[in-house]
Amino acid sequence: MFRAVFRLSATGARSLARSQQCRLAPVATRCYSHGKVESDEEFDARWVTYFSKPDIDAWELKKGMNTLIGYDLVPEAKILDSALRACRRLNDMASAIRILEAIKDKAGPHKDIYPYLIQELKPTLTELGISTPEELGMDRL
Amino acid sequence: MLRLVSGRVSGLLARRVTPAVCTSSARPASHGHAPDVSPAVDMSRPMYWDRRDVPLPDRPFRDELSAGDKSLKEKEKGSWKQLSNEEKIALYRLSFNQTYAEMKRPSAEWKTVLGGVFIFLGFTGLVVWWQRVYVYPPAPRTFDPEWQQKQVQRMLDMRVNPVEGFSAKWDYEKKQWK
Repeated sequence: MFRAVFRLSATGARSLARSQQCRLAPVATRCYSHGKVESDEEFDARWVTYFSKPDIDAWELKKGMNTLIGYDLVPEAKILDSALRACRRLNDMASAIRILEAIKDKAGPHKDIYPYLIQELKPTLTELGISTPEELGMDRL
Repeated sequence: MLRLVSGRVSGLLARRVTPAVCTSSARPASHGHAPDVSPAVDMSRPMYWDRRDVPLPDRPFRDELSAGDKSLKEKEKGSWKQLSNEEKIALYRLSFNQTYAEMKRPSAEWKTVLGGVFIFLGFTGLVVWWQRVYVYPPAPRTFDPEWQQKQVQRMLDMRVNPVEGFSAKWDYEKKQWK
């Protein structure tokens, strides 16, 4: 019986030592196995660059938007600005309106995000001549 | 290959898979089939989905454009400020079937569900009642009121639970319940 107790205490000590080692890790605040965390600015810059490609094609626009909407966030105004300009280069007004609908849906219960984004995008919308879904009456049934 | 995978993935994710069966791009179906069989959808080509999480589906809703639609598409290549609101809506409807508002509209399904639940509860109640009347044997004689009275008296005489329970509630001097 005592031998079993000794064995248990030994494993307990070993796992304690391992967790101590983890807590002393200098870089990460959590015990990630590898890789550094991308900052918000890097994320935004990456996506702005993606949509800013001058000869972006329709598939890339669709793929980019669908992926972006798949993330657990509402994209920043500068990413959306870049995406709307990509729609303009592709002569795709319908996708531009769809993007605006999608980000409104993405904001979910936070009703103040969409008006803020529209306010930020207003210069771009007037410059390119994009109407919001509200202006077209498409936000109602 | 990528398109097929994405189609299958969105099929797995979709709770209710309802690709819009757009007649303009389906293969010509044979005319001799039964009237309530929908035309075969060619699953090997990109499909159109109305999904909140896939804002730009693999293909536009309307593939085959009339002459009017084509001229509108030409106008789209110019400045968008010269498009009227109706033209913008028309362009949207060419590419997409339902707006987000239409996709997200509430249905009356909850009434069907609740109604079904009550129907089944009611039916169960009927079954239980029928069992009570036609299946249960007569109650034992220990349930008769006279038997119950004598049982209570016996329990009081035995001083069942005299501290906190049964007999504690009986006032033995006044011979009544407290």
